[in-house]
Amino acid sequence: MHVHATIDPQDTVNQDAFLDGLWKQNPVFVQVLGTCPTLAVTNSVSNALAMGAATLFVLVCSNVLISLVRKLVPKQVRIATYILIIATFVTVVDYVIKAASITVYKALGPFIALIVVNCIILGRAEAYASRNPVGRSALDGLGMGIGFIIALLCLGGVREILGAGTFLGYPLFGPGYQPWVLFLLPPGGFFTLGAWLLAFNAWKRRKEKTA
Amino acid sequence: MNDVSLGFIFLDALLINNFVLAVFLGICPFIGVSAKFSTAWRMGVSVIFVITVSSVLAYGANALLVALNAQYLRIITFIVIIASTVQLVEMFIKKSSPALFRALGIYLPLITTNCAVLGVALFQTAREYSFAQSVVYAIGSSGGFCLALVLMAAIRERLELSDVPPTAQGTALVLMLAGLLSLAFMGFAGMGGGS
Repeated sequence: MHVHATIDPQDTVNQDAFLDGLWKQNPVFVQVLGTCPTLAVTNSVSNALAMGAATLFVLVCSNVLISLVRKLVPKQVRIATYILIIATFVTVVDYVIKAASITVYKALGPFIALIVVNCIILGRAEAYASRNPVGRSALDGLGMGIGFIIALLCLGGVREILGAGTFLGYPLFGPGYQPWVLFLLPPGGFFTLGAWLLAFNAWKRRKEKTA
Repeated sequence: MNDVSLGFIFLDALLINNFVLAVFLGICPFIGVSAKFSTAWRMGVSVIFVITVSSVLAYGANALLVALNAQYLRIITFIVIIASTVQLVEMFIKKSSPALFRALGIYLPLITTNCAVLGVALFQTAREYSFAQSVVYAIGSSGGFCLALVLMAAIRERLELSDVPPTAQGTALVLMLAGLLSLAFMGFAGMGGGS
């Protein structure tokens, strides 16, 4: 985020806070969190993008607010407080999407409201925002949110290309293509995520062997 | 949507639109607690209880919110109801069966963030179910969750004895299996006169 001539330790911490979420600690592929929305809304790239953007917004806002109040909240009621904060931002997103585009709202359905129980958000609140300053928490939320979008696009891309033969609605293969509809249906979601995880496992094992 | 028969709502929630395998709700506990059969069915039963109680409470709360014209508080109200129900169940299990309490571990408080629970509350509101329909829907869908969890646990216990390639071990394999189960459950789609 910040460009400095010299690199001091503070900067690398900030960079890690942002970069970890993108790939090394990717919420979906590495931590296997937030699987429900990952599977449910990735039958097209546009749905995946909308869901990712909504989650990113909630993640950054709740991380910032939770980090701000982290010293005021008693330990016993912290989870309840976090959930209330998250639910507030989700309500905001819910109404914003409803006002902005009713088609997107209908496509995502109750899954917008279900962002409240996306374990990525509560997980970051508990593991990061509750013990780190505001700026870094915001960066962490941004990194994790973008990592979530990357994962959603990885799934949504595969499912839309195979299942409908299109990308973002544009046909890719011409009229001769027989769509593999299974990938738009629920089993396709499981298979696609399973295949991605398999690929990552294989890649990790190969790296370990050569190292 | 309001005149759907109770029997169909039950079957639909239990099998046709199974919460885990077709609607993608409650995947985290489905992957996390399905390693052992004994833990899986106990988790399933506690989820049935939590979902049924919170569905009844959510129905009441929604009626109140509509009367007050304060629907924008819906998400927050539902989540508070669910969190308190989970707390109750947690206290109850801790008292009645400490062994089960330890076995469920972190997954018990995590029922709060089990999206199936909030999902039931949201779906029953969106479909404008009556009180009886809501209760039947809650029992059916949580029963479906329990069914999927128990099925997966049974498969995974057998897998312990088989020779799985190391690359495929863990979550990736569970997801592939879930895909196969989900395929099998698609066979129920014609039930009840098609949907």
